[in-house]
Amino acid sequence: MNGPLLFLPLIPLLPFLGFLLNGVLGSKLPKPVVTAIGLLAPLGSFALVARIAYLVWSGALAMPVVEPNAPQWISAGNIHVDFGSVIDPLSLTMLLIVTGVGFLIHVYSVGYMHDDKGYWRYFAYLNLFLFFMTLLVQAGNILLMFVGWEGVGLASYLLIGFWYQKTVAADAGKKAFVLNRIGDFGFLIGIFLLLANFGTLTFSEIAAKLAASPGWTGGILTTICICLLIGATGKSAQLPLYVWLPDAMEGPTPVSALIHAATMVTAGVYMIARTHFLFDRSPLAMLVVAIIGAATALFAATIGLVQTDIKRVLAYSTISQLGYMFLGCGVAAYSAAIFHLMTHAFFKALLFLAAGSVIHGLGGEQDLRRMGGLWKKMPVTFWTMTAAVLAIAGFFPFAGFFSKDAILYAAFLSGTNGKIFWAAGLFTALLTSFYMFRLWYLAFLGKPRSPELHAHESGWSMLGPLVILGILSVCGGWIGAGRMGTWLAPAVGARAAETSTNHTELILSVIAVLAAALGWLVAHMLYREGSRRAEQLAASFSAPYKLLVNKYWVDELYGAVIVKPLLAISRFVLEWVVEYAILGGLVWLLSGTAVFGGAVLQRWQSGNLRSYAGWLAMGAAVLLVFALAPYLFGLHGPSMKWAGW
Amino acid sequence: MIPISWYLLLSATLFCLGVVGFLIKRNIITVFMSIELMLNGVNLSFVTFAHMWHLVKGQIFVFFVMVVAAAEAAVGLAIIIAIFRARATLAVDRIDLMKL
Repeated sequence: MNGPLLFLPLIPLLPFLGFLLNGVLGSKLPKPVVTAIGLLAPLGSFALVARIAYLVWSGALAMPVVEPNAPQWISAGNIHVDFGSVIDPLSLTMLLIVTGVGFLIHVYSVGYMHDDKGYWRYFAYLNLFLFFMTLLVQAGNILLMFVGWEGVGLASYLLIGFWYQKTVAADAGKKAFVLNRIGDFGFLIGIFLLLANFGTLTFSEIAAKLAASPGWTGGILTTICICLLIGATGKSAQLPLYVWLPDAMEGPTPVSALIHAATMVTAGVYMIARTHFLFDRSPLAMLVVAIIGAATALFAATIGLVQTDIKRVLAYSTISQLGYMFLGCGVAAYSAAIFHLMTHAFFKALLFLAAGSVIHGLGGEQDLRRMGGLWKKMPVTFWTMTAAVLAIAGFFPFAGFFSKDAILYAAFLSGTNGKIFWAAGLFTALLTSFYMFRLWYLAFLGKPRSPELHAHESGWSMLGPLVILGILSVCGGWIGAGRMGTWLAPAVGARAAETSTNHTELILSVIAVLAAALGWLVAHMLYREGSRRAEQLAASFSAPYKLLVNKYWVDELYGAVIVKPLLAISRFVLEWVVEYAILGGLVWLLSGTAVFGGAVLQRWQSGNLRSYAGWLAMGAAVLLVFALAPYLFGLHGPSMKWAGW
Repeated sequence: MIPISWYLLLSATLFCLGVVGFLIKRNIITVFMSIELMLNGVNLSFVTFAHMWHLVKGQIFVFFVMVVAAAEAAVGLAIIIAIFRARATLAVDRIDLMKL
């Protein structure tokens, strides 16, 4: 490689080493050593990524970097897959988010998990997740990406079910795993179709082949894109596969922050941006992406309005924000989507960590209705949370404002459907602002509703990451505002709408901020003095309220339409086909043959000497007749000459 | 001179009498005697053919049969005595189980 050494393989391998050390030896190592291993691994990866970013910034490194002689992984016939990495603005941005936010959350976890019995196991899993996530991000071909993709699913499963003694947690882990399998099935089909149609799985080669035939649109490309999209909806918790994410909140809160808010669930968005050259050729698939994104954003936001568990509010908010990113991808505003991915990673990780700090401070209480008045007791948590709420609601100049605005603007400009998408996004922004301020009021303001819970501020290993993420939630948007499009252009292509500024954008921004302010105002009126007024309102609109509280009965619907029939069919096949027909039939056949054979043959063995003698005589007579047959019946059989007589 | 066929007919008659006795008699000693009858019927035909072909092989074979028959009689009678002691009967129809 010409240019400075980048140690690209080390970026995923350092966390993997941490996983091996902690996973194999963790139970025997003293706690400080476990902590050191668990923290140094992501810190090392982050340092490597930051060094690459510095080299790029100083001009010493030209992107994209593709390893020329990556070790071969699979070589069969004319299929060649290697372990190559690709570093371009897209993967570099993502790597910075993953390792940076990942490291902060590792630090936070030291405080959050300090008295958990599975401390070493937790850090082993967390490092394992980071290994697979960095692998996913810097993979140079889609198969290697799939390895990371499956791996983060595994880490997610392990961490959701971290407290496996709780049935709910174990079940939630299984649910996440199974729903992700459904999505991964689509992803795999997409990979096979790519292989069949392009003969290669390397991103750059697929892009080159597409560029060589500019007239190739739709058709099989649409099928491929839809298959990949199914994978993305599974991993990124979009309609219709989103139901696992709210349940995933059973895991430890830092896990929810890292995996189920900041990084893993954004893998779907990243994957679409990474394969944008395919989606660009299929307007139909793009439309589907946009529709799914907008619908999910709106749908999840409405559910989030009435949730009472602090983590579930954030979970639905995550689904909703991921919907925004999909909407951005769907209107070809990839850089806006990635920008939102970045700011979302900052403020959503912060929201979760702050919620974790609240839960930790209240000794495990997660019910918003039992909180209140925490701002005095947890000032740092309160102020960082405030920054995050302002950021997600999209107030100027916080991080969420710039990225959300970029997506809404791109949606507004995109064709005839664009206005509908824009309106859905805008309404979602209003709802987002409302439920985030609802959470804020219920948790931090007003009077303490449960004085028996002695709230206390968390330690500095937890507050440090909160403060850093708080600063990023405030300033993170300034990094990318107006620059993100140009920065990502080499990786995802430039779009005029993303780079220009004019009056339309300004007006749209003002409208968006007004929507957010309206949401705040409504939340202020309803929740300023506890939830009494809101309950009155809910009582007068009981039908829609019930619909929302029960999450549109989607879980029940899936249970009735898919899970129960599936279980019934499985049970039928197990009990009647496998057990009864196959196993039972085989056993009956074997035993029946033995019994019947015994019943027939036992007649010979009567024990009666004279019957034996009779059979003997009969046999002798038959032999005699056989031997004499030629003479008796005049036939000329074999010559009966006696040799030597 | 008596023709060969007469010897053979006598041999066959003796053998068939042995077979019939073996099949129809109930007393185990009679059954045993029927077996001896069959053996001797066969011995007669051996001797007849040996004489006819002027060969000594047939006569030697008869000695073998007699030796075996003697051994068989010794073992068989011992078994019969043991059975009679155990079951107090000599009817073969009753002796149809291995265990008592």
